[in-house]
Amino acid sequence: MSASVLFDTPGPRTRRRSRIASVIVVVLIAAGLAWVVYTLAQPRDSSGITLPGYFDASRWDIFVLAELWVRIGGGLLATLQAAAVAAAMALVIGVMFAMLRTSVHAAVRIPATIVLEFFRGMPVLLMMLFILLVASTGAFWAVVLALGVYNGAIIGESLRAGLAALPRGQREAGLSLGLTRLQTKTFIEFPQAFRQMLPVIIAQLVVLLKDTSLGYIVGYNELIRTTMNNLGSSVGNRYLFSLFLVTLVIYLAVNLSLSAVARRLARRRSPGKILAKDQITPTASISALGAPTGNPEDRTTE
Amino acid sequence: MNAVIENLPRFIEAFGMTLWLLATSGVCALIIGTVIAAMRISPVPSLNVFASVYTELLRNTPLTLVLFFCAFVLPQLGSRLPYEWAAFIGLTLYTSPFVAEALRSGINGVAVGQAEAARSLGLGFMQSTTLIIFPQAFRMVIPPLINVLIALTKNTSVAGGFFVFELFSAAKELANANGNAVIAILLAVAAFYLVVTIPLGILSAHLEKKLAVQR
Repeated sequence: MSASVLFDTPGPRTRRRSRIASVIVVVLIAAGLAWVVYTLAQPRDSSGITLPGYFDASRWDIFVLAELWVRIGGGLLATLQAAAVAAAMALVIGVMFAMLRTSVHAAVRIPATIVLEFFRGMPVLLMMLFILLVASTGAFWAVVLALGVYNGAIIGESLRAGLAALPRGQREAGLSLGLTRLQTKTFIEFPQAFRQMLPVIIAQLVVLLKDTSLGYIVGYNELIRTTMNNLGSSVGNRYLFSLFLVTLVIYLAVNLSLSAVARRLARRRSPGKILAKDQITPTASISALGAPTGNPEDRTTE
Repeated sequence: MNAVIENLPRFIEAFGMTLWLLATSGVCALIIGTVIAAMRISPVPSLNVFASVYTELLRNTPLTLVLFFCAFVLPQLGSRLPYEWAAFIGLTLYTSPFVAEALRSGINGVAVGQAEAARSLGLGFMQSTTLIIFPQAFRMVIPPLINVLIALTKNTSVAGGFFVFELFSAAKELANANGNAVIAILLAVAAFYLVVTIPLGILSAHLEKKLAVQR
């Protein structure tokens, strides 16, 4: 905190003022939250009938049923399954795209670029619909294929950026040792680019996991569809809010732990001496927090 | 191809809704995102914490769930908004933390020597931020912000799953109605999206090259 260059080390008066501001903000936020919780907890009149508040036991009593949790677990499993298969596919497609896009032959490079731009510019949801209607593969493969191709295109782009950021000497050294261009690329350049871009790739895989929720719209029974649609209609609307909160908490738990892994990898990444001055991410920070820069998630596409 | 031409008015109507969602939630997300980014670099600790909790929460929630909340849970809580406005609120909320992060990484990207130089010349906090840091951060922030808008363009399609008639729901409706021209219709819809995203992408790449600061 004190290391910020933007302002002087605060004196007693500034510290007091900042403390007061802090307290005011905390009180305001707490009051806002308390108001929301209080309003939700109030019983409400709806066309003559009094409904219990949202934290009333009658809105939460289904959560003691083991069967309910089995179904929620099934939904979560379906989400993770789709994400895992799509992630594997995205990595393979990403490497392929990066290879094709950096080819020396214009006849390979240009069509690859056009296809890549096409996939990157289109909504994943539209791609899912396309696969669903044209290939009629069923919802699971529609979700997986669309996510694999779309995220593959994005991973391919970041791998390409990683290749471009490598010092030229790496490639020249490989070629001068008598390796072919393809060998240089696969054995010398790619491993380094992959390592350099690993945090970005992992952050993109977190995005992929989040995007499996689009299965809700195309009819794949993943977590949201299971809890909100299937369970929601079998236990009734009165549990909708409770189910929503549970779904939200599950998603946050899974995504935040994955993001934490990504962040740790970003911190542990030691690109080696060769790359020290070719860091793609800025290294200086002037934020008041002195927050770590080059957060991998800054450079992903949602 | 005929199916596309016959239904052109329907496509245009849907495209209009997509553009409306893009414009309104884009502008509002830029405003909210700027406020959040300002909180994130402010010297008041509680504002910092609030901004980072807001960012982390929304960034780790799937857009589908955010829109579900706006379309189905909010009415349960007593809101009477039409679905278009629900989608607008959801897209704005979801996009704002990405705007904030783009701005913050732009500010972090200004070399620390710039701030030190400003401070050593005797400029205060306001002077060094407004005269030295923001003008430099601004150039670095434009391309990532355009990328956020490109992502928003694609994300408006999710609103189609929640009763908003935009390009995605048009694709679904027209593909169901014209079983023999599914591919043509879906490609036409893709073309409408590409008309927005590809020029924005080219603009972003161009600006990135043009605005790059020589250091």
